[in-house]
Amino acid sequence: MTTEDVKCYWLSETAAVLEVQGVTTLDKQRRIWALVDQFSSHPHVRELVPGMNNLSVELDPAAPKLESLPDEMLAGWRNAKPALRSSRRIDIPVEYGGAAGPDLEEVAQHAGLSPTEVVRRHCAVEYVVYFLGFLPGFAYLGGLDPQLATPRRREPRIAVPAGSVGIGGEQTGVYPWASPGGWQLIGRTSVRLFDPAWPSPALLSAGDTVRFVDAEERR
Amino acid sequence: MNRLALMIGNALVGNNEAAAALELCLPPAVIRFDAMCFIALTGSDCAARLEGATLRNGCSVVADAGMTLELSHATRGARAYLCVAGGIDVPLVMGSRSTDLQTQMGGYSGRMIRRGDVLQVRPADSLPRPASIALPSTDGPIRAVAGPEFEEFAPETRAAFFEANWKVTPQSNRMGFRIAGPVLSSLTDRELKSHAVFPGVIQVPKGGAPIVLMADAHTTGGYPRIATVIAADQWRLAQVPPGASIRFSLCTRTDAALAWTQQQTYLQEIRSSLHAN
Repeated sequence: MTTEDVKCYWLSETAAVLEVQGVTTLDKQRRIWALVDQFSSHPHVRELVPGMNNLSVELDPAAPKLESLPDEMLAGWRNAKPALRSSRRIDIPVEYGGAAGPDLEEVAQHAGLSPTEVVRRHCAVEYVVYFLGFLPGFAYLGGLDPQLATPRRREPRIAVPAGSVGIGGEQTGVYPWASPGGWQLIGRTSVRLFDPAWPSPALLSAGDTVRFVDAEERR
Repeated sequence: MNRLALMIGNALVGNNEAAAALELCLPPAVIRFDAMCFIALTGSDCAARLEGATLRNGCSVVADAGMTLELSHATRGARAYLCVAGGIDVPLVMGSRSTDLQTQMGGYSGRMIRRGDVLQVRPADSLPRPASIALPSTDGPIRAVAGPEFEEFAPETRAAFFEANWKVTPQSNRMGFRIAGPVLSSLTDRELKSHAVFPGVIQVPKGGAPIVLMADAHTTGGYPRIATVIAADQWRLAQVPPGASIRFSLCTRTDAALAWTQQQTYLQEIRSSLHAN
């Protein structure tokens, strides 16, 4: 393994974050998945939440050796070999722009592209699910065309409609539920992403691949 | 939201920590008992009356069949907790009896309780004796440890954060409290990669108006984290109604751990006092 820049810091009195620096890559994320596997058998873990090339671990406040958590995470990272995950492929039809995607123009302007070109590029990629988070069933996808990366909104919206497809920084994804949110909204889908009655409640899981399909093109 | 009040209430009626109770956000409310119940009220003070007689907060009593409990609007705090021996009978959804309003999952049909709803109570194992305990004070600043991006705010911005009287705005809910006060501008423009967030984390979006994440916070986010409310003080935040002001004070991780240990000792003392006769 090459030496990489990795930071580990406290987020609260009982939670620490390991963050891999530099460009987001799938290879780094596979090692994050391996680190998740290592810590899922740790006896005092209360929360284990992978992020985009980072992992947060919250321990029970009464856990012995709580103070050595960051060292344990760094040691775990050094031993982590990229983990492989399932790879189902799921297509998500999207209605882009207009009322369904009120920020498409803003993303296009930021990228210096036409809205049509933004949609074409957004649909051209096979995205990989890096992790689930934010809301039940929400998948963080890697692979967004770097030119489409757009900063989050200055003021998050109070209510983003369910099914909204958005871009936040270098990430893209679908809001499974109506929710407050800060991402730039470019479209909307009717695909259901979460149901507590399903054997596995989330439609997507880490390692799956996703393609967005322009609903207008399909017609 | 006020986990401590829920734990005290459940202890008073002899329930385990996971038993379901009613959270009453900014009452008034009227509740009739169709069967005899052993109950306790904790959280905000709502000048409660059981069949006309004052029911003090932190007291457990028997409510006979046919009795009515009346809660006025909160005179102090924002949320009252009604715990019933045995716990309210709602199904376990993904390991929890809580209601998630946003996704309409769990609890009583995934929604708020409405006038006319009838709630069933699970059988209680054994009842502790009726008791009256003093509830902890909500006074004083809310303690917080420095967050990962604390140093990315100028020293005067950090100072302003801890000196200001922050007003809890009406755009506050179970996911987060939006608080109004001085604008907190970050020194950097960098976009963070999405990372875990927990209840208590204080995020600062680019506009500079902080959001304190609460019990139903999402699991990941991407805004700079200026500070995190310590576990031992999160319940106090839940008692602040919209329009009221709060202050934060900087706390070390060591002091945060100590405060948590003291709170556990307090809970343990309540539990043992109820079982000693």
